[in-house]
Amino acid sequence: MFSLELLRDAIVFGLLVGCFYAAVSIGLSVAFGLLDVPHIAHPAFLVLGSYCTYLLNGYGLDPIIAGIVLMPAFLLLGMAVYRFYYETFERRGTEAGLRGLAFFFGVVFIIEVGLVLLFGVDQRLVEADYIGKSLTIGDMRLPLRLLVACAVALVLTIGLSLYLSKTFTGRAIKAVAQDEPALRLMGANPVRIKQWAFGIATAVTALAGALLIIVGPVEPTTDRVYIGRTFCVVVLAGLGSMSGTLVAGLILGISESIVLTLLGASGRRRSPSACCSSCWAYGRKACSGASSLSGFRPDKLLN
Amino acid sequence: MKPRNWGFWAGAAGALALAALAVATVRNEYYFFAAYVVIQFVVLATAWNILGGYAGYVNFGASAFFGVGAYIAVMLIKATGVPLAVQIAGAAAVGGALGFGVGLITLRLRGIFFSIATVAITIILETTVINWRYVGGATGIQILRPPVMEPFDSYTKMLFIAVVLLAIVAVAIARYIETSWLGRGLRAIRDNEEAAECAGVPTLKLKLMACTVSGALMSAAGAPLAMYQSFVEPASAFNLTYSVSALAMPIIGGTSHWIGPVIGAILLGTVQQVVTVTISSELNVLVVGVLLVLFVVAAPEGIVGLARRFAARFRKRES
Repeated sequence: MFSLELLRDAIVFGLLVGCFYAAVSIGLSVAFGLLDVPHIAHPAFLVLGSYCTYLLNGYGLDPIIAGIVLMPAFLLLGMAVYRFYYETFERRGTEAGLRGLAFFFGVVFIIEVGLVLLFGVDQRLVEADYIGKSLTIGDMRLPLRLLVACAVALVLTIGLSLYLSKTFTGRAIKAVAQDEPALRLMGANPVRIKQWAFGIATAVTALAGALLIIVGPVEPTTDRVYIGRTFCVVVLAGLGSMSGTLVAGLILGISESIVLTLLGASGRRRSPSACCSSCWAYGRKACSGASSLSGFRPDKLLN
Repeated sequence: MKPRNWGFWAGAAGALALAALAVATVRNEYYFFAAYVVIQFVVLATAWNILGGYAGYVNFGASAFFGVGAYIAVMLIKATGVPLAVQIAGAAAVGGALGFGVGLITLRLRGIFFSIATVAITIILETTVINWRYVGGATGIQILRPPVMEPFDSYTKMLFIAVVLLAIVAVAIARYIETSWLGRGLRAIRDNEEAAECAGVPTLKLKLMACTVSGALMSAAGAPLAMYQSFVEPASAFNLTYSVSALAMPIIGGTSHWIGPVIGAILLGTVQQVVTVTISSELNVLVVGVLLVLFVVAAPEGIVGLARRFAARFRKRES
């Protein structure tokens, strides 16, 4: 009834998809994990990136190149959004936190409906050489588009991780997440650094959006499914941990893949939400277990 | 009864009388269809405000509770065929239990985690219903309306009166909570939770109570949907648009007073209905989103706040 080959296929598929989930969530890991911005609109920006990639692909550009081309534009967009959020909400204290959440929720719907009005509700695809083919290893067939997405995701995650730990600005971003007043005393402007970090998070999301439309068709309401998944990965990772994001993405990918194999497609959406709900139920224990790899901050959960 | 209580109940009786008059005189059924939706949003917005406005814990899962209410009603109709009042009561009970459960798990943590958990709950519940053949699964279920009771001449009118009654009950509960010790505690939590804890406010208990009541009322709002539409399917019952509307209406109306969600719901609900019929149904979601962002940025205290500021300026000019 249950074959080992099926399990092996499920795990391999889960690994590939897991890397993809990690790439999709890494922007949120920076925005929510490090900067503490309740960025519910992250999946909406993801879908926006997918649609921009689709537009550029219409002119013949390879989707990954299109994603890279979009990164500077999304960097500026992210910086502008954060500046606006900071001036309107963060500056005015904690009461404004509720309104910041509501603001991002409103932005989600504006982006979603904007896309519906511009592109319609049809699903959109991109075309490239590697979409539609698969690699055969032994008796396993791995879709090439997933391999490409996985590879780019790994490069992205490792690149961002190195950036945050090795470069001066990266370390400043980590510092502002740890102790903002102390950073001010060191002579750095925390608002500028947070703005830059949010811009980077959005730029990474643009590339992740390109990966999203490579992996599967995208329609304007796709972001609703990804709200649960991305936050699940980010929380499971331990807020602010990049390597944790990769591990959490893999956990989510593999568990979803196994559930998909066992229960069929309709049960699949339940597993990430159940995963993250049970994670919150056990609070710190689950998170610190999954991310003892890098510095996890329990106090951020319970502030 | 105290004078201000008398004023409220007189107003409520007046609203009910107006509704009854409309039912007796207006012939066009469409007005009752549209008015049902608006009044339903009054209930939803008032219920959301109990936790979201008074305590400051943003609940993105209004769709989850609403859908649960609709499906509990479906289950009760299929299993026993009970009247509408029992369906609403059953839905409220389950909604309250769901609110209590979600609250128990997540209200100990920071507000943002509660909010994300509510989004996750929506997805979990929708997927559960999709996989459950008894209530129709993904294809949805058709409900046959029972014959209408006297003295109503159509089922829609009866549902309209039912939802008006529900709205009066919901607003009365919200008003009671706001003016009682529960409301004072919730306001303290909203202003500064740590300080409230230190001052001896039992924050978790109060938050759980607010979450339970809020969940119960939101599910009660969803229960008549089964009869109203006579066809229920998971994608539309758990639609995230209910969440954003339940969030936008109190914020636009004003979260600090019980009249805020009522104003916001009537205003925004009417605009939504008009836009849906005249322009397009997609644009009505855009209107909600744009108004939400506008009010959150420019007038965070909503219409009630604007009215207060205007009244204060007027009084200052007089003196």
